[in-house]
Amino acid sequence: MNPLTATAVGKRYRSRWAVRDCSFTIPEGKVVALVGPNGAGKSTLLGMAAGIVRPTTGGLSAFGTPTAGRTHPDVSYLGQNRSLYHDLTVRELTRAVGSMNDRWSTDRVHEVLGLLTGVDHDAKVGTLSAGTRTQVAIAMALGRLPRLLLLDEPLSDLDPLARDETLRIIMTEVADRGTTVVMSSHLLTDLREVCDHILLVDEGRVQVDGDIEEVLARHRILVGPAADESSVEGTLVSATRTARQSTLLLREAAPTPKGWEGTEPDLESLVMGYLRASRERRR
Amino acid sequence: MLADVIEFRIDRRSGVSTYMQIIQQVRQAMRLGLLNPGDRLPSAREVVEATAVNPNTVLKAYRELEREGLVEARRGLGTFVTKSLSSEATTGDDAPLRQELAGWMGRAQQGGLVVEDVDALYSAVRDEHYPAEERS
Repeated sequence: MNPLTATAVGKRYRSRWAVRDCSFTIPEGKVVALVGPNGAGKSTLLGMAAGIVRPTTGGLSAFGTPTAGRTHPDVSYLGQNRSLYHDLTVRELTRAVGSMNDRWSTDRVHEVLGLLTGVDHDAKVGTLSAGTRTQVAIAMALGRLPRLLLLDEPLSDLDPLARDETLRIIMTEVADRGTTVVMSSHLLTDLREVCDHILLVDEGRVQVDGDIEEVLARHRILVGPAADESSVEGTLVSATRTARQSTLLLREAAPTPKGWEGTEPDLESLVMGYLRASRERRR
Repeated sequence: MLADVIEFRIDRRSGVSTYMQIIQQVRQAMRLGLLNPGDRLPSAREVVEATAVNPNTVLKAYRELEREGLVEARRGLGTFVTKSLSSEATTGDDAPLRQELAGWMGRAQQGGLVVEDVDALYSAVRDEHYPAEERS
């Protein structure tokens, strides 16, 4: 049973569609980068996966169970607001969150907090730095012993050291428990080195979905004479052109024609190519 | 890390994928004799603790090394080196070091370097790695 499956899911806020007709499947054990510009629909998508936001059309299911209206017991979700009780100490918070969850491991929370430098268990949550609060929130999410971990912008307010620590916690969770992770970020650089699967959304739609290595291998960047574009075969994703030279991002390209230079794109140029294409469609 | 294993250095700005960096560093350690048959590779958990990379990537790199016949995964015990590259490195036309050098030489030629350029580059790099005073 796949950790997460979306079937033509959409969400409309008044007249605006935040997510539209999204279908995808997240295979077990993957670390998924959910990337896209601000306002692309990432948070709405994660909220629906967590059962907190109700879809307008279609639906999502976690481990085969529809998510609408409730968070699946095997799913943990870290929202962007990091909802925590600011007046409780870390210790009290752990107890409170534990009492709200049927399956709970205080040991796991302590283990995770133990990986961090200097979290005072008797400090009030409200007095912690934004970065430490995020880390405490992740520890709480892991206390539920999830099989699917949904993290909305987990690195956005972290300094480089805290960022590294947080990634280490998440990756250790993957190594120890084989947990499937979906992490969103509007910065691809945040996630590039830790993810093996990409879900690129823009305009509320899925633009790219798949194993990163496989996705890259399916694409080519071709550079060649602008006058000779007709010799290039494949599905054109996007292009930049000068009077004499064309740079093309292609999917399922035929062998590179004479006079052109073909290379496999890196993840960044692939993502940029798709985002540029979706911008141009909007215009 | 005090476990008796090698440590990977992942360079995030090199443009080389983490997967390839792990494979290359294992191969290099084997050629240099830092890893010999029977030695254990660090577990995915150990690599994650040291470098915060995706454990799936570590395991994928190990599977590729296994496919190449360099290592072997033993259930519940870890991944172990099964082959020696340090003694074979200099023998045979298909020796990895020789092939790499041939590849480099081919690229130098394609890049339009003349023999003097190649000699100059080679000896400069060789002297960095084998300082004159250490050579017997």
